[in-house]
Amino acid sequence: MATDIIRRPARPSPWRNPAVRASVFQVLFVAAVLALGAFLVHNTVVNLRRQNIASGFSFLDREAAFGIGESLIPYSPADTYARAFLVGLLNTLYVAALGIVLATILGTVMGIARLSRNWLISKLAQIYVETFRNIPLLLQLFFWWGLLRESAPAPRQSWEPLPDVFVSNRGIAFPLPNPEPVYGWMALALCVGVVATVGISRWARQRQARTGEQFPTGWVGLGLILGLPLIVFLGGGAPLSLDRPELKGFNFAGGHAVSPEFAALLLGLVVYTGTFIAEIVRAGILAVSWGQSEAAMALGLKSGQRTRLIVLPQALRVIIPPITSTYLSLTKNSSLAVAIGYPDLVSVANTMINQTGQAVEGITMIMAVYLTISLTISVLMNLYNRAVALVER
Amino acid sequence: MTLRGWFGTFAAIACVLGFGVTAQAGATLDKVKQAGQISCGVPTGIAGFAAPDSQGHWAGFDVDVCRALSAAIFGAADKVKYVPLTAQQRFTALQSGEVDLLSNNTTDTLQRDTALGLNFAPVVFYDGQGFMVPKKLGVKGAKDLNGATICVQPGTTTELNLADYFRANKMEFKPVVIEKLDEALSAFFSGRCDVFTGDSSALNANRLSQAPNPDDYVILPERISKEPLAPVVRHGDEEWNDIVRWVVYALIEAEEKGITQKNVDDMAKSDDPNIKRMLGVTPGMGKALGLDEKWAYNEIKLVGNYGEIFDRTLGKDTELKFDRGLNNLWTHGGLLYAMPIR
Repeated sequence: MATDIIRRPARPSPWRNPAVRASVFQVLFVAAVLALGAFLVHNTVVNLRRQNIASGFSFLDREAAFGIGESLIPYSPADTYARAFLVGLLNTLYVAALGIVLATILGTVMGIARLSRNWLISKLAQIYVETFRNIPLLLQLFFWWGLLRESAPAPRQSWEPLPDVFVSNRGIAFPLPNPEPVYGWMALALCVGVVATVGISRWARQRQARTGEQFPTGWVGLGLILGLPLIVFLGGGAPLSLDRPELKGFNFAGGHAVSPEFAALLLGLVVYTGTFIAEIVRAGILAVSWGQSEAAMALGLKSGQRTRLIVLPQALRVIIPPITSTYLSLTKNSSLAVAIGYPDLVSVANTMINQTGQAVEGITMIMAVYLTISLTISVLMNLYNRAVALVER
Repeated sequence: MTLRGWFGTFAAIACVLGFGVTAQAGATLDKVKQAGQISCGVPTGIAGFAAPDSQGHWAGFDVDVCRALSAAIFGAADKVKYVPLTAQQRFTALQSGEVDLLSNNTTDTLQRDTALGLNFAPVVFYDGQGFMVPKKLGVKGAKDLNGATICVQPGTTTELNLADYFRANKMEFKPVVIEKLDEALSAFFSGRCDVFTGDSSALNANRLSQAPNPDDYVILPERISKEPLAPVVRHGDEEWNDIVRWVVYALIEAEEKGITQKNVDDMAKSDDPNIKRMLGVTPGMGKALGLDEKWAYNEIKLVGNYGEIFDRTLGKDTELKFDRGLNNLWTHGGLLYAMPIR
């Protein structure tokens, strides 16, 4: 009996297995990248040593010995380079955080205004967007800075648009309330108000789901958040004394002052980034089809409810991812501060690099910081995006 | 940092990272000869020191140092590529090999000489840091400046001296740090700052060339620091360092010996053995430097001696009208003292 010998093909060589091949290539690639990195680091160290250029991060403990114009924390030239770097970092975070909030507000308003049925409003918004989006940011910064510097008077002739608010070419000086023990309790009352509002809104939603009855959460919440601290303030005897700015010698002392550099940088960043946000918001709203609004109208929702419950949640899904990018670019653009003399991270680090000569370390620190800030913003925005994203079942 | 600044810094880092830096002995001279020109880092524009003239040619004291070097190496004063560098960019540009030397109003300090990997040539200009203020402030001296807002450029010893001076005198100040000189000056002249600080020579030049009305501003009498300004080269090329050193000494020596652009041909016939050695009539000096024997002759013939350069760019023949002061020969009560050329 003839036996059929079924010749099974020999096991294919692992080389022909796509999975094996892919991982081999990946391992090789990672090894190549690591080798290149190691080569660069080694070469840098050797070259720096050969030229007798100091290296390492020990310089951070040395006295900085240079002054910084604006600082959120106490700083003097006797402090270390590490602290000077921290001052720059905080200045960057400060202007970026304020810039993001204000640009979002301005952008949203302008984006909605561009969709307005009022011809004048929509055209004005369009002019704003098209003008400021198409001029390089650096030029805008020089423009605002020059404007603030040149148009405002010297400190001794400063304008006083409101009592104790002084506008001069040194910036805007305004009074701050002196700290009182009551203010701590007011902050606590504010927290209580916020927590209570969150609780009430949850309860109201559940009740509405159960019974269909609505509760004026908005007004009650507003009352709680503003009212509670006010009651504490009045109950504490309404203590209010102002630390007024006064012209002493060359400049204003006391109160708080915003420098022209900071104002120009913030203004430039907000106005410039606001245009991008306006376009994103407009696109997001237009992306929600008109049928959605018609359906909402058919259900009898009022105009405000329509926007809040139907249009906005759907628009946000389109808006959030691109807006993350604009936040990132705003933060990174804040490094243009160096051109107009605001002591941001890059400006301080530049001085540090020049005084110590350690450019490799300095640039590494700058890059690490921006990378960290950017990744943090990305993570937070992605979390928020996940919260508003369409949940598919 | 400006785009250029970033570019320079990254170029520097890329060079340090990826490629060996040309730091072997003699490499710079070979490179310069091969390129047919010297790459010279000069300030971005200080009247009298380095600024483009009405025809767009660079002119000034710092520029003439580059030209003297070119004359010594090539026998022609115009084989120079001028690279304008801000205070912040200059050291990275030098370290990375973008320029062959700095003639950039650079103060000689220990930190720079060591940790930055630089070598300083002889001092070509003795300066001191001062303060410029508007007359209408009524300030009489630097001790009246408590609480002032002060415009300053970053990356300079100026920034450190300023902080030191106010600390030493227990006074407060608010620095406004602006990288570009033009921006810093316009901030000061528009009243953003009460004071502008810098090397007093440069202050005077700035006042005369850029103030809307120079008479509205004064430079306070105090000098808060010593600023010996000198050309700079990289560590690691001793031969190049020697050439720059002796090119500077030859300018000073020529003035001391009374050799000028006009009379250099007559002086070459002199019987003074020192002059004969210097001008290459008796050979030896050029060979020792790796240059043509006519190196010093060419310098003086084409650019002039120290005094001629000073008068032409900063001194009595200019609007700046600088006094020689410390920058006079040691025989005239100044600090200029050339080492013997022998």
